[in-house]
Amino acid sequence: MAGETALLEVRDVTKSFGAVAAVQGVSFPLYAGEAHALVGENGAGKSTIVKMLAGVYEPDTGSLRVNGADVVFHHPADAKAAGIAVIYQEPTLFPDLSVAENIAMGNQPLTRLRQIDRKAMNANAAALFARLGVQIDPARPARGLSIADQQLVEIAKALSSEARVLIMDEPTAALSGVEVDRLFAVVRALRDEGAAIMFISHRFEEITALCERVTIMRDGRHVATELVADLSVDDMIRRMVGRDLSALFPKQDAEVGEVVLQVEGLGRAGVFRDISFQVRAGEIVALAGLVGSGRSEVMQAVFGVDPYDTGSVLVRGKPLAKRSPRAAMAAGMALVPEDRRQQGLIMELSIERNVTLPRSRALARLGLLFGSAERTAAATWTQQLQTKFSRLSDPVGTLSGGNQQKVVLAKWLATDPKLLIVDEPTRGIDVGTKAEVHRLMSSLAARGLAVVMVSSELPEVLGMADRVVVLREGRVAAQLTRAEATEETVMYAAMGQQVAI
Amino acid sequence: MTSAPTAAARSAPPVPAGEPRRNPLGSLLRTRELGIVLALVALVGYTAAGNPRFLSGQSIRDILLNTAILAVMATGQAVVVITRNIDLSVGSVLGVSAWTVASLMSDHQGLPMVVAILVGVLVGAACGLLNGILVRYGKVPALVVTLGTLYIFRGLTYSWAGGKQVNADKLPRHFLQFANDSILGIPWLVLIALVVVGGVSLVMRNYRVGRELYAMGSSPQAAELAGISVARNLLGAFIASGALAGLAGVLFAARFGTVDASAGTGYELNVVAAVVVGGVAVFGGSGTVWGAGLGALLLTVIGSALAVLDINQFWQQAIVGALIVLAIGADRLVAVRIARSLRKRDSHV
Repeated sequence: MAGETALLEVRDVTKSFGAVAAVQGVSFPLYAGEAHALVGENGAGKSTIVKMLAGVYEPDTGSLRVNGADVVFHHPADAKAAGIAVIYQEPTLFPDLSVAENIAMGNQPLTRLRQIDRKAMNANAAALFARLGVQIDPARPARGLSIADQQLVEIAKALSSEARVLIMDEPTAALSGVEVDRLFAVVRALRDEGAAIMFISHRFEEITALCERVTIMRDGRHVATELVADLSVDDMIRRMVGRDLSALFPKQDAEVGEVVLQVEGLGRAGVFRDISFQVRAGEIVALAGLVGSGRSEVMQAVFGVDPYDTGSVLVRGKPLAKRSPRAAMAAGMALVPEDRRQQGLIMELSIERNVTLPRSRALARLGLLFGSAERTAAATWTQQLQTKFSRLSDPVGTLSGGNQQKVVLAKWLATDPKLLIVDEPTRGIDVGTKAEVHRLMSSLAARGLAVVMVSSELPEVLGMADRVVVLREGRVAAQLTRAEATEETVMYAAMGQQVAI
Repeated sequence: MTSAPTAAARSAPPVPAGEPRRNPLGSLLRTRELGIVLALVALVGYTAAGNPRFLSGQSIRDILLNTAILAVMATGQAVVVITRNIDLSVGSVLGVSAWTVASLMSDHQGLPMVVAILVGVLVGAACGLLNGILVRYGKVPALVVTLGTLYIFRGLTYSWAGGKQVNADKLPRHFLQFANDSILGIPWLVLIALVVVGGVSLVMRNYRVGRELYAMGSSPQAAELAGISVARNLLGAFIASGALAGLAGVLFAARFGTVDASAGTGYELNVVAAVVVGGVAVFGGSGTVWGAGLGALLLTVIGSALAVLDINQFWQQAIVGALIVLAIGADRLVAVRIARSLRKRDSHV
């Protein structure tokens, strides 16, 4: 393969969003006739690479080369014209248009009057489906297709544009075994015809089954590009996660008390099932797993934001009503959501208003809410959390991310909860504030609060949790004690490998 | 889905396209226009039974003439709504165009009709271009932009007209005659409306740019990723809506003869009503232009029928409102059914 001109080459590419460098100095080539895996943890920069190849983002520095010539993609159409087809994690079909139209969009066959030749268009789609060995009616609208069928339509789309480079971002996440086999047969056939395939997946068995080479990324940087045959799964995982577990996780030991939260056999069709775990007072339990494994969905169902079909939730031995965040709050639960801008705070309102919002009824006198009562209550908690702000009456939107997160925490701690659920507590927060949030969670647990933490950051999970519940594809893959939990065991469980302790 | 051995299937001859299988969803969507036609037939039948003069030549001619202006505007609006936008400024654009053309024609009596139409269309297109630029590059929702330009265009017309009005006796004869002239028994106004509705329907149905407009409304995000020139198409849609409102302004001036700065005030709501009743989904991506044309016809027929049946005109608004709710209700019903048939995977709050 060496010496040959790469079909597509990524050369020293960097891309930043604000102060966050998503991709830093990444290079790798993609040759004709190879299937190349791209792996890395959540947030390692894989999707950013995909979007640069697709023409959605332009690299800040570095370049892309197609057939040895520098190219610049200003627009997805440019990438398409260069023969690059991208299949995104979430299919991007037009639900109102027919399947055949979806496939042909942009290069529909035309009649002499430059009208769209529907007959030819449907015939083309039917031919592509025959080639893929699937039966989908080309004339039906894309709306209502199963995820697997949508994925197949996306592949037919790529085939119809005669792409030379096919990039697949976790195409198998929603497919069953048979569907994966069929997809792989198609991909192998394309590869044998001389196309270059870039395959992103969290499933190592698929990578070893399909790909010749693998590029590993970590924290936006290129770690290695090697032959898959030369690497064991262990090697790959180690290189994906292998960073120094920087201390800064001030875990205090706490007296573990009674069971506060008991989740039994919780299930929701198509999202998660058979979820059982307990959380005791004074304990921090982390819910780990890959993006899409159902972590946040489980906790939203527990808190009553989302419905669930089977199972039950008990708080201190008492069953909790379904679908009622109000009942959950009354039972002493508090949920700090993942997206604080959208779900956790009202950006235009003042800090004090935000802090006292869940308690406005309790603070009110004769149904009227007095500013002084709000101020006193808000001042207590913001001081305890060392929130930095100039005035309590400033809008929350003016604070930094870390301080906003503290306001969200203050808001819920003011309700005096027994159980605190925090979803991605430190996402988008700088390192210093991160440590403060961690210290805070730890001291809250030490005071007897039960804490459930949903987190995508392995170091945070390992550093903070007394126990780790690992979810994979909507099911509990492993429950690990603090002693058992290491980067390897958690990643193994999250990716569906055997846990070897 | 059945599983088939893929490697073998690769060499298999392509399946002949043949007769595409009927699917219930497609025919359900197709019934939207059918529903309007049935409603029209029922309404006309009932009214004519009560008062046969409703079907007289003059009555039909009046209805069609009244429909023409609304249908031309509904055509442009449908294009915009299909892209998941809205153009609320059309009533004011009609006003600007009608005033411009009326003052031009009263000052220059000799100008031919073609010039009047051209000027009206250009004035409207310029207004539409402004809307499109603000929506696309100002990144402001079309609802807000066009609500703003609704007042801006109207305000400009008022300050320009300064309380004056152009009366029929100031306008050249051939200009006024245009509204009454026919060719092969079809009034010019109706012919223009038919050509506009038919032509734009054809473009939306059978040409690439039309399908791209549907795609943009169906999934704006996917449209960007698919490499569709979203900016160009969006500007085009707003220009089309503006230009057709401008054309409607010329037709308005010719038909009514008396034009002041308030011409077309409140029309935007009739236009949006016609489009929605005509089966164009307010969230874009589906519906047809000719459906919107039928919607315009239905609204006009309702107005005339109520007059003929001697029902209080005030009922008209209530009935139009009920139709809109009914149309949107039908949309929701379809959407809910589809959602139920498709198990929702990730229903995040």
